[in-house]
Amino acid sequence: MWTYIARRLAATVPVMGMVALVVFAILHLTPGDPAAIIAGDSATVAQLDQIRIHMGLDKPMYVQFFLWLVQLLHGDLGVSLISGVSVSGMIAGRVGPTLALSTTIIVFSVIVAVPLGVLAAWRQGTLVDRSVTAFSVLGFSVPVFVNGYLLILLFSVVLGWLPVQGYKPLSAGFWPFLQRLILPTLALSTAYIALIARITRTSVLEVMNEDYIRTARAKGLNECSVLIHHALRNASVPIITIIGLGIAQLISGVVVTESVFNLPGLGRLVVEAVLARDYPVIQGLILLFSFAYILINLLVDVLYTLVDPRIRY
Amino acid sequence: MSFEWMKWRLTRTLHVLALSAVVWMATPVSAQTITAVMQSGLRILDPIMSSAAITNIHGYMIYDTLLGTDANYKVQPQMAEWKVSPDGKTYTFTLRDGLKWHDGTPVKAEDCIASIKRWGEQDVTGQVLMKLVTDMKVVDDKTFEISLKTPTDVLLSGLAKVGTRTAFMMPKRIADTPSSQPIKEYIGSGPFKFVASEFRPGLKVVYEKNKDYVPRSEPASWTAGGKVVNVDRVEWISMPDSLTATNALLNHEIDYLEVMPYDLLPMVKGKKDIKVEILDKLGLWTYYRFNFLYPPFDNKLIRQAAMYAVGQEDVLKALASDPKFYRTCAAVFGCGTPYASNYGAQMLIPSNIEKAKQLLKEAKYDGTPVVILQPTDNAQVSTQPVVIAAAFRKAGFNVDLQSMDWQTLTTRRASKKPPAEGGWNIHATTGPIIGITDPLRNQAVATNGSQAWFGWPDFPKIEALRAKFAVTSDPAELKAIAEEIQKEVIDEGVVVPLGQFVIPTAYSTKLTGVLQSPLALFWNIRKSK
Repeated sequence: MWTYIARRLAATVPVMGMVALVVFAILHLTPGDPAAIIAGDSATVAQLDQIRIHMGLDKPMYVQFFLWLVQLLHGDLGVSLISGVSVSGMIAGRVGPTLALSTTIIVFSVIVAVPLGVLAAWRQGTLVDRSVTAFSVLGFSVPVFVNGYLLILLFSVVLGWLPVQGYKPLSAGFWPFLQRLILPTLALSTAYIALIARITRTSVLEVMNEDYIRTARAKGLNECSVLIHHALRNASVPIITIIGLGIAQLISGVVVTESVFNLPGLGRLVVEAVLARDYPVIQGLILLFSFAYILINLLVDVLYTLVDPRIRY
Repeated sequence: MSFEWMKWRLTRTLHVLALSAVVWMATPVSAQTITAVMQSGLRILDPIMSSAAITNIHGYMIYDTLLGTDANYKVQPQMAEWKVSPDGKTYTFTLRDGLKWHDGTPVKAEDCIASIKRWGEQDVTGQVLMKLVTDMKVVDDKTFEISLKTPTDVLLSGLAKVGTRTAFMMPKRIADTPSSQPIKEYIGSGPFKFVASEFRPGLKVVYEKNKDYVPRSEPASWTAGGKVVNVDRVEWISMPDSLTATNALLNHEIDYLEVMPYDLLPMVKGKKDIKVEILDKLGLWTYYRFNFLYPPFDNKLIRQAAMYAVGQEDVLKALASDPKFYRTCAAVFGCGTPYASNYGAQMLIPSNIEKAKQLLKEAKYDGTPVVILQPTDNAQVSTQPVVIAAAFRKAGFNVDLQSMDWQTLTTRRASKKPPAEGGWNIHATTGPIIGITDPLRNQAVATNGSQAWFGWPDFPKIEALRAKFAVTSDPAELKAIAEEIQKEVIDEGVVVPLGQFVIPTAYSTKLTGVLQSPLALFWNIRKSK
């Protein structure tokens, strides 16, 4: 197992190298000019040229790539072309809200969706099952921003229970921290609850007719024990897969949520950097996201072996 | 897991939550903090290198200016008083008492000279001024002299300039930074101090009251008069979503929303605790520009056909919807300003498709495609190209409307390639009126060919008039030159005004003393508890 993990981690190096090359090429071939952002709308061509020279954007692309690569190998993601702040500093300053939101969404989604899916499978064809299916369809269909605005309208503007926007770190107190995460979590987790509940239902249904379930019931185990220890455990590989995919998808999902609820996370940083063509920031973020994807996949593969002893690497 | 045990856990959790809430509420929060959502997030801190409006407002927070401009467009002393020699060629500036940089050191004459030099390299008015300056020298720590080749009003009006790239004063060691490179220290002598430790680019900027600042005794008027700070802190937080920002204002989470979107005004209408006001009565102008390098707009008649085709009312309706927020205007120096002229109104304001068709026929327009750039992600500029394209099509132009993001547009418009090879024929934008109030500060009327703003018009006659304006002092003569420039600019289609509009600002009624000004100013404001 440890050899497998080491091998998978070693494989990330060429993958990251390829990501770095592709991202750099795509970004630099996309039209746009960070100098224009810095100089403003009334800048002349001469002023833009001066700024480009200062930032090294006048150098050939392969030179710029080489310089960036050398920086990367020294563990330096560079500095933002626009603000002059270090990219690693910017990422460190923004990772908290995204991590907090992703965690609350995944935890909340799993806590709600897995029991719902099991319940729907257990009561297949009943009103409970149809309700879960209807909720799943609704959860998929309503865009995150609509959820967000409706929640703000109800809980913030009309009832005044929760703040509209913003983020407080855990160091500011647990309640201020949680208070600002409730609405974004509710808004974004609807789709994840729908997705996980559906997959759970299907997976549990598949195993419910297996011989070992019949044996478990024949042994006299109560229905709860049959569902949790026998059905759910054997149905958990696809559920873990979909949760893993969900975490990976969250990286793009939080972009809208962070904008609607004004959370200063990585999603917003990506959008801001792309709009400003802030190359070092975009490059740094995409490398980080790629690494996160790889780690999540690895974690999912390792979890398989824990829930299904038949899987060996 | 018994019921009693669950009850105990639940009760304990609620206690912890309640305790956290009490601790949070007990945390000292300054009652004198203004929380503002500005037009955009602040990312660039160098107000000389960048002409971005938000960077300019940031400049006014932490830097001071030698001179200010009041609401009557009159130049007033701010950091310095001045005397002029009888021949009008030598100005002596004397710094007022009590001026200190934020690091506690006194403001000296050498700092001001270094700041003027750096500003003069980048700013359009400063560049004109520097050509007229023969010498700048320190007389003593509080006095310096500027000698000119010829008497000019540009010195005072330039140093008092409001709008982009204001002549902000910085310590010499900072002002000595080459103007093409960003400054790395943010120390001014203005009414607020920049809190570097709390700065998060694009997200949050914090300013603290500069307790050492000695304001002038006159009442505040635009950038002149006393900059009296009545709050401890001002925090600018960025919100990418206008609806969220409006909800935050309604929920009392913010105090000030600089740009209140027209379509969200009904949400705050009638709310007793929110005031909606037009603080910048001058507002902005919107305009479009031809690329003079390529057909069909290298032909004057075709440019005029285009100008006749587009009606300002159509553009402004699409942009600002409610007539109380816009006005038609042909003046290239802005309506409501000292050099406003109505010349060309007949051509620019109504849409005259028949006249456009006739001119196209006369010019023997051969159907060359007109590439119009449309930025889809910039609400202030996204509608104009669509209206222009529709009017052009009616007149008989072969239109190629190309949609893109604003960043792509800013690269495209700097390209001198032919339109079919990644260049362009027309792009539209907006800008504050305060930045265009005379022929020197309005970059769009400069016609010095390859050195001019994108579009690169080349009309030596207009340049000669601008040069004459720079060395003229008589108000009547200045007005006549500006009028002549307006005529030439419109006749040649150097820039095509599409009208003016104002943007409402919404703020909590807890704030009083909010100043009317062409830019958001935070001195003079009081906040009640």
